[in-house]
Order: sequence, then structure tokens, then C-alpha cells
Amino acid sequence: MKYWVDLHIHTCLSPCAEDDMTPNNIVNMALIKGLDIIAVTDHNSARNLEAVIEVGNRQGLLVIPGMELCTAEEIHLVCLFPALEQARTFENLVYSNLYPIENREDIFGPQILMDHEDNVIGKETRLLSGACKLDVETAIKEVRRLDGVVIPAHIDRQSYSMLNTLGTIPSEYFFKYLELSKNCSIDKFLNENPSLGPYYYIHSSDAHFLGDILEQEVSLDLNDRTIESLLGLLR
Amino acid sequence: MMTINELTHKLGLKIITEIPKKMEKKVTGVYTCDLLSHAMAKINEGDVWITIHTNLNVVAVASLTDCACVIIPENIEIDKQTIERASEKEVVFLSSEKSAAVLCYEILKLIKD
Repeated sequence: MKYWVDLHIHTCLSPCAEDDMTPNNIVNMALIKGLDIIAVTDHNSARNLEAVIEVGNRQGLLVIPGMELCTAEEIHLVCLFPALEQARTFENLVYSNLYPIENREDIFGPQILMDHEDNVIGKETRLLSGACKLDVETAIKEVRRLDGVVIPAHIDRQSYSMLNTLGTIPSEYFFKYLELSKNCSIDKFLNENPSLGPYYYIHSSDAHFLGDILEQEVSLDLNDRTIESLLGLLR
Repeated sequence: MMTINELTHKLGLKIITEIPKKMEKKVTGVYTCDLLSHAMAKINEGDVWITIHTNLNVVAVASLTDCACVIIPENIEIDKQTIERASEKEVVFLSSEKSAAVLCYEILKLIKD
């Protein structure tokens, strides 16, 4: 069956995201737009996942626990996990590999932690949006060890893209899916990068604003609407 | 001691964002690195920072480190929103047709003289 998805959405925990990217706003906006499954992928953190998952459970939206990791090479990887527990295990590893840089709200923006009723329960003080010390290879290995899936993020872009930073998508990483940004034409992209033909592609919003969340634009064919089925397809 | 204004004239740099009050700021060093996290940790206040990145994060790193100015080498085109943000945050952006290596060499020579 066909399910409408958007597998790359930030909450107000990401410093560059708008403050109204709250758990309830995200879930309700995704439902208004007719989505069936979303993934929440804050920069280097899993701390707002529980709240969004809880709202999703209540409102009937499947929320995949995820993270947008910024590796030591400054490459963004969308990491998706089978459950909150694995996302938290990975977060522990990432946090122990963050550079000791405090967030400056005046420069980067606030990093807001919320509960399932959109109450502010705190702020993350370490800067989340920069690189951590984990390199791509280690990160991929660790996510897969936790039964998660790694998708290189927005590879068509100039910044934080694996293709731009490494100049290639190394075949030894065995990716199945690559992410393109919302408005990137796949035909144009493959014309410019013919060697990347064998991969599957998924467009995601990388939403930092509520309005950016995808409409019914990207669908996946799954046996049922479960995390297992989704990760099984992407793996 | 050289100011950003003098540097701009001596190297024939193109001014992308002119922040009048910043143009008299002293240039005390030069640093080049395209890994933003590394640059963030290493740029000293008063440094000229040379990077090929032209995204919004460059403005954040420049503000955070209080570098003298940013030079984009090799006539690389700069994102419109980066120029807007740089004006807003009062970060001087300059550009040059020269490479980062040549710019470093010339700036170090000027600082030494």
C-alpha cells in the first residue's frame, strides 16, 4: 500500500528551525497535509523525539525516531532508528563526540526542548548544529549496528552534502537510498551525475518551517504502516 | 597595522558587503579552512578568513569568531541570502579572483611589512 511520507523534519530543538516547530504543530501540520509517516531528524540530538512520537501516537501519525548527524567531515546523514531506545543509544555516542562549544542563541538560535503538550522543559546548551567528532564510516557502522538506516542528506546541495564534500558517494558504504532536496529534479540530477543512476532516491523537505513540510508528494509502497516495514524498504 | 579598507585596496578586492564602521578595523592575521567546525575553533579575532563556502553558516562562524572580514576566493558566486544576512549581522564580505593560497601569501606579506 502507498503511504505519504516526509522523512526529514526538524523541531525547535534544532537552532536553525523556527520556534513554532513544536511537537503538536509538526504532527498536526503533517496530518493536515495528508501525510502518513514522518521522521523527526534534529541536528545531532534525539531529545525532542519522545514528545513528537507521543503526539503522533495520540493523533494517528507514525513518527520515525531519527537524527540528522553532522559528521566530522561536515556531511549530513539522516539516521533512522527502529525505536526511541536505539536513537537514544546513538545520541549518547554523538553527545560524547560533540565539540565543547556552547550554543549562542543570538547567532545560531535557541535549542528548545519540549514535552508532548508543547511545554518548554528546557534548553540544550551545547551547540548541536556543528560537526561532531564521528567520521562518516564510524557513524554508518554504529547506526547499522543499532538496526538503523543511513541516508546521505540533500546530496544535491552545496553545503553539508556527501557528494559535494567527498566528490562522490563511495560504493563501499552500501547506501540504498540517497536524499534529494525538495525542489531538486531527479532527471536533471542524474543527467549531471550519471554514475549515481543505480541508487534509489527520496525527496524530503528538511523542514525548518511548518510550511516547508511536504504535501502528498513522496510516497513509499509498504506492506503496512510500521517502522519495521519502512526501515525494511530503506535498508 | 593595516585596516580592512587598506587591505581591500592593496589586493584589489571586490566589496560584497560594505559595513562602513567595520572598514577601519585592523587586520591582524589570516586564516583559511573550509571545515566550519575547525574554523570556528581556530580563527582569531582580527583574522581575515578565506573560505570557498558561501552559505549562511559562514556568517555565523564569522560573527562568532569576530574575524576582521571574510574573503571568498576564485570569484566564487555568493548566495544572495548569505549577502543579506552578512549585511544584517554587519560582517564584511570581500571577494577576489585569486586563490586562497595566493591571498594568504599576499596578506601575510602585507601584515609583515
